[in-house]
Amino acid sequence: MKLITAVVKPFKLDDVREALSDIGVSGVTVTEVKGFGRQKGHTELYRGAEYVVDFLPKAKVEVAVADSLLDEAVEAIVKVANTGKIGDGKIFVTNLEQVVRIRTGETGEEAL
Amino acid sequence: MNRLLSVSVLLALALFSGFCSAEDVAAAAAAAPPVINKGDTAWVIMATVLVILMVIPGLALFYGGMVRSKNMLSILMQTFVIFALTSILWALYGYSIAFTEGNAFFGGLSKAFLMGITPDSQAATFSKGVYIPEYIYVAFQLTFSAITPALIIGAFAERVKFSAILLFVVIWFTFSYLPIAHMVWYWAGPDAYTDAAAGEKAAATAGLIFQKGALDFAGGTVVHINAGIAGLVGALMIGKRIGYKKEFIAPHSVTFSMVGASLLWVGWFGFNVGSNLEANGLAALVFVNTLLATAAATLSWMAAEWLIRGKPSMLGGASGAIAGLVAITPACGWAGPMGSIFLGLLVGGVCFWSVTSLKNMLGYDDSLDAFGVHGIGGIIGALGTAIVANPDLGGTGVYDYVANAVAPYDTGTQLISQLWGVGISIVWSATVAFVGYKIVDMTIGLRVSEVDERQGLDLAEHGETAYHS
Repeated sequence: MKLITAVVKPFKLDDVREALSDIGVSGVTVTEVKGFGRQKGHTELYRGAEYVVDFLPKAKVEVAVADSLLDEAVEAIVKVANTGKIGDGKIFVTNLEQVVRIRTGETGEEAL
Repeated sequence: MNRLLSVSVLLALALFSGFCSAEDVAAAAAAAPPVINKGDTAWVIMATVLVILMVIPGLALFYGGMVRSKNMLSILMQTFVIFALTSILWALYGYSIAFTEGNAFFGGLSKAFLMGITPDSQAATFSKGVYIPEYIYVAFQLTFSAITPALIIGAFAERVKFSAILLFVVIWFTFSYLPIAHMVWYWAGPDAYTDAAAGEKAAATAGLIFQKGALDFAGGTVVHINAGIAGLVGALMIGKRIGYKKEFIAPHSVTFSMVGASLLWVGWFGFNVGSNLEANGLAALVFVNTLLATAAATLSWMAAEWLIRGKPSMLGGASGAIAGLVAITPACGWAGPMGSIFLGLLVGGVCFWSVTSLKNMLGYDDSLDAFGVHGIGGIIGALGTAIVANPDLGGTGVYDYVANAVAPYDTGTQLISQLWGVGISIVWSATVAFVGYKIVDMTIGLRVSEVDERQGLDLAEHGETAYHS
């Protein structure tokens, strides 16, 4: 099993959810996050006081998938979250040791 | 026959009663008993409510939106409580010191505790023989005395103890607001000016700045210069916020600031038009002037920001509106509509410069630009009044209550009168503020601790938070 952590532009969140549902992913966790990458921040001006905003808002999508679904899921996210402009985000993939469904006590891929 | 008799009796009665009322009218004209007009009274009641709307929630939201979210409640609370506190002080002694006869600086204590005022008591307006109930005049003026100290807190927002602010407000209200209001506004009323000799006698009882001939229709000097200067002295003495120019100290909600500025704009019609004290043609002129100057200043601030900084901001638009309202306040009863637009265009640009360049040049941290907008805007308005009041430039000129006509107007002479008003109020307010801050600093201390300032005044001073996420 793998855990996919995708950091994407907030307005792409709905597209990502839809694409993942379409390939059979049954659940995701979403967090509003801030961060920086190659995309520079922006400047805000309030009555002449200038502030550089370094951290930009992004959406973090966490999704656990079976190994067999990994490539398809990553491809789906890349396809819909891509705008071609700087700041589209990143996808991190890590090994997932265990999953437990709390209601039934099922474990492993059955719990996904 | 019977019928004829009854008709003639009726006719006689009618004639008699007609004769009687004619006699009454003649007697009334001779004594000129004061008339209370229900329209005037209703308007001043409404205007008073509108000025309350300016303070709570207008000013509170305008200021509150500009601080960081951790200090939102401190601003709301300071504004709210200053309103309550000064209301009580006004009734106890404020009204009496400001609006009864005394010397050129302070009134007397004859109406302390609102003594002697009844529902039948009358307050003079600006027309001979026209009065409004004194109680509503007391309440109307109360709202002015309440908003003025609340304006000052913008200069040192986000770093001063709540208790320190309350003590300072009591001192400054008593020794700066009340005497300046007395100096600018106290006079014997139009009915005292029956002839030249009586006029001279009446003028000698007026406040010092009134005697100098300075014009201040709705409080440009009393409210805005007065508060702006006290704010500047505060910002200089209290020092900058921790992290000023290093950390992200941006407004937490420009939305609230826009709502607040809009409430101020609406409420200001009570402030300016209500200051006319009568619902008449001049009131309508004041209304138009207030509307146009504010619109013009919104546009000129926006244009200046757009040209110089590249983008027109909402906070800039709202700030421009407030600057326009401030500048037209002293002039609104004497300017014409085109003069008001001129004054608005001027003040929008100048106040933009004062908050973006002047503040940086002088290096003080006037958190919400109490001085930059109210102080500078008030001075522009007070001096500009001398120009826009000129009848040759569409102004109304100044009414001479002895001649019962508009007096000959000279801009230069009037400008000197205005300078007296500006100069006296700057020196007076700065001195009282300096001493006031010193007293507070020596007794309870002005600033919160560094830990409290970092945590935010909402939790540190009030034990609550504005937002829960």
